[in-house]
Amino acid sequence: MKKALSISRKAGDRYITYLLLIVIFVGVQSFLNSGAASRSFKGLLIPTCAYILAAMALNLVVGVSGELSLGQAGFMCVGAFVGSLFSLLTEATIANPLIRFPLALLLGGVVAGIFGFLIGIPVLRLRGDYLAIVTLAFGEIIKTIFNNLYIASDDTGLRIAFSVDAFNEKPLAGNATYYIKGAQGINGTPQDSTFAICMIVLLIAAVIMLNFMDSKQGRAVMAARDNRIAAEAMGVNVTRAKMTAFVMSAFFGGVAGVLYSHNLNSLIATKFDYNLSILILVFVVLGGMNKMRGVMISTTVLYILPEVLRALKDYRMLIYAIVLIVMMLLTNSKSVRAFAEKVTGALKPKKKNQTGGAE
Amino acid sequence: MKKVLSMVLAVLFVLTAFVSCGKGNETPAVSGEGNNAATEATLLLGGIGPLTGPAASYGQAVKDGAQLAVDEINAAGGVNGMKLELNFQDDEHDAEKSVNAYNALMDAGMKLLIGTVTSNPCVAVAAEAAEDNVFLLTPSGSAVECIKNDNAFRICFSDPNQGIGAADYIAENAVAEKIAVIYNSSDVYSQGIYEKFNAEAAEKNLTIVAAEAFTKDSATDFSVQLQKIKDSGADLLFLPIYYQEAALILEQASKLGLDVKYFGCDGLDGIIDQLGADKAALAEGVMLLTPFAADADDEKTQKFTAAYKAAYNDAIPTQFAADGYDAIYTVKAAIEKAGITDANISASDLCDALVKAMVEITVDGVTGEMTWDASGEPEKTPKAMVIKDGSYSAM
Repeated sequence: MKKALSISRKAGDRYITYLLLIVIFVGVQSFLNSGAASRSFKGLLIPTCAYILAAMALNLVVGVSGELSLGQAGFMCVGAFVGSLFSLLTEATIANPLIRFPLALLLGGVVAGIFGFLIGIPVLRLRGDYLAIVTLAFGEIIKTIFNNLYIASDDTGLRIAFSVDAFNEKPLAGNATYYIKGAQGINGTPQDSTFAICMIVLLIAAVIMLNFMDSKQGRAVMAARDNRIAAEAMGVNVTRAKMTAFVMSAFFGGVAGVLYSHNLNSLIATKFDYNLSILILVFVVLGGMNKMRGVMISTTVLYILPEVLRALKDYRMLIYAIVLIVMMLLTNSKSVRAFAEKVTGALKPKKKNQTGGAE
Repeated sequence: MKKVLSMVLAVLFVLTAFVSCGKGNETPAVSGEGNNAATEATLLLGGIGPLTGPAASYGQAVKDGAQLAVDEINAAGGVNGMKLELNFQDDEHDAEKSVNAYNALMDAGMKLLIGTVTSNPCVAVAAEAAEDNVFLLTPSGSAVECIKNDNAFRICFSDPNQGIGAADYIAENAVAEKIAVIYNSSDVYSQGIYEKFNAEAAEKNLTIVAAEAFTKDSATDFSVQLQKIKDSGADLLFLPIYYQEAALILEQASKLGLDVKYFGCDGLDGIIDQLGADKAALAEGVMLLTPFAADADDEKTQKFTAAYKAAYNDAIPTQFAADGYDAIYTVKAAIEKAGITDANISASDLCDALVKAMVEITVDGVTGEMTWDASGEPEKTPKAMVIKDGSYSAM
């Protein structure tokens, strides 16, 4: 771990990540333009980008700041609903999606960030597993709130309720439109997400996160993770450092949610459940804590795998699970790591392979 | 150590072989579709529904029912000389996965879509299908938005129609006056029915004395809700939910000594099996509005049930299986009406022809006699059933 950290400190490593993103973007975009891309391929691009962003954001908390967060889906949910609601409300007034969508992204991110800040205030002062407990609860609360939230407009203006009964007691008058309809969620979000926008957002996010990790604040966060007492003794404000990482993680989680929701016509809150948080955590753990490039790769592989395995019909989820277990075992096994190090060491004695040859 | 390492590597190799094998199978299968279509004239129907995850039983039932119909039609010589083939993909009851499955099916050369099985994924897929102008017939996607586009039709009742139908039935037949409801506030289906039931009940002067909600995370213990209902003095409990939770509610209500009538919608179909033989008596007297009951005594249903049992290890068909079965026969009728004989027709042309044909056909299916209008909503009468002596009988 220590050795890997010292590598990621170097600016050169950052530029490899940026270059990788740009190369992927140019490559995929020209493949799309050539018209040879299948529909499945095109359809998978945007969700993959959204999950990569969510996983990178979670990595700030889990990897960089060393706290376990089980609420990433909650932040995605906030971002997704706020962003979609904004797009629906402004669809008529801001007709150009290239202006509307960045605003939605920003708004979704900021609101999620505010939630992150509010949760962070009490929790990040504590030690141990409290963050895991509270974020888990937060995710469930957010899901339940959006599951029961009704927002509609009629001639009297915008109406918000937490139960369908409110609309039965005082029915919507005149020209009524539902924006959020409880468990039925949001329907008809404009499909503004494009691969190009996703990649640009991803690139910006990577620049911000990687620079943060190499900044004074970022080093403080990692120092607090490795030894809280020592860091405090050195004058690091641990709460503030952790809070910065956590809020940033929440912000980008929200942005990922907006990317996600603007790719689908229908959005329901139950999608953002505990399982999704765990899924994103799996992406992070498998990609390697603290390693942004590894997280990008693991997210892509794990997200695409079940789709590629569709031809196997009933066996695909079984194989997905086996692959997951084998990969976890392999990347964690000392002998395999030693073997991978030997192989990569023979090629390039100084540099260590990032995921220990997970593939 | 070396032994362990070699073992692990061996496993990995086998696995990669497996995976690449799967990939290898996929490509010829896709290109083979085109070849088959040219020589044998096979029309590829796509199907999407949950085959894994918590809603898997619905997807599997639709798939089985649809496959049964496809096999029957092919055995009888196909449609206008074309054989049918069903490619049914899993969506895990998730909108995002459903769109992925839809894209995969489009890559495979699907001509029309049977699906999706569940409501929320269906809304997402319907938007894609409308953009591509692909004909969509959902067997059981009951949310209103599923068929808001011109290219989409459905077999089942919509949620609001069920809610209104239930309230009307209770009012017109004076089943009860004081009504309590337990609904699943986290479920699109349940919430959709409750919403309209509530509104319609007010119009029909029915009193709703208690409306209790639960979510999918708290769907095991209903004692609080049932106690409130007992205290409210309701004489009928309306259950716009699926049979799994309803079975639990019946059990817990009987322990509590709650003495009310029960009334439900099509989601209750399957409750007798869910309760099992020793507790089936609890379901006695439960009323439900459903288009299909496996042990109804008309000839069509009995024929379907017998064929389904023979094909799937004596499994009893649910309403979902019946919807899937009817969907295939509806497509058959529409294709025949439109006079389509070319299996290589583009999905968009097929869609235009079928949309025109759909409003002209009448299908006498196992879920009743259906006609459609341009909205895509089926016109059929719900049958009120009551559970008597462990089986459904018409009221």
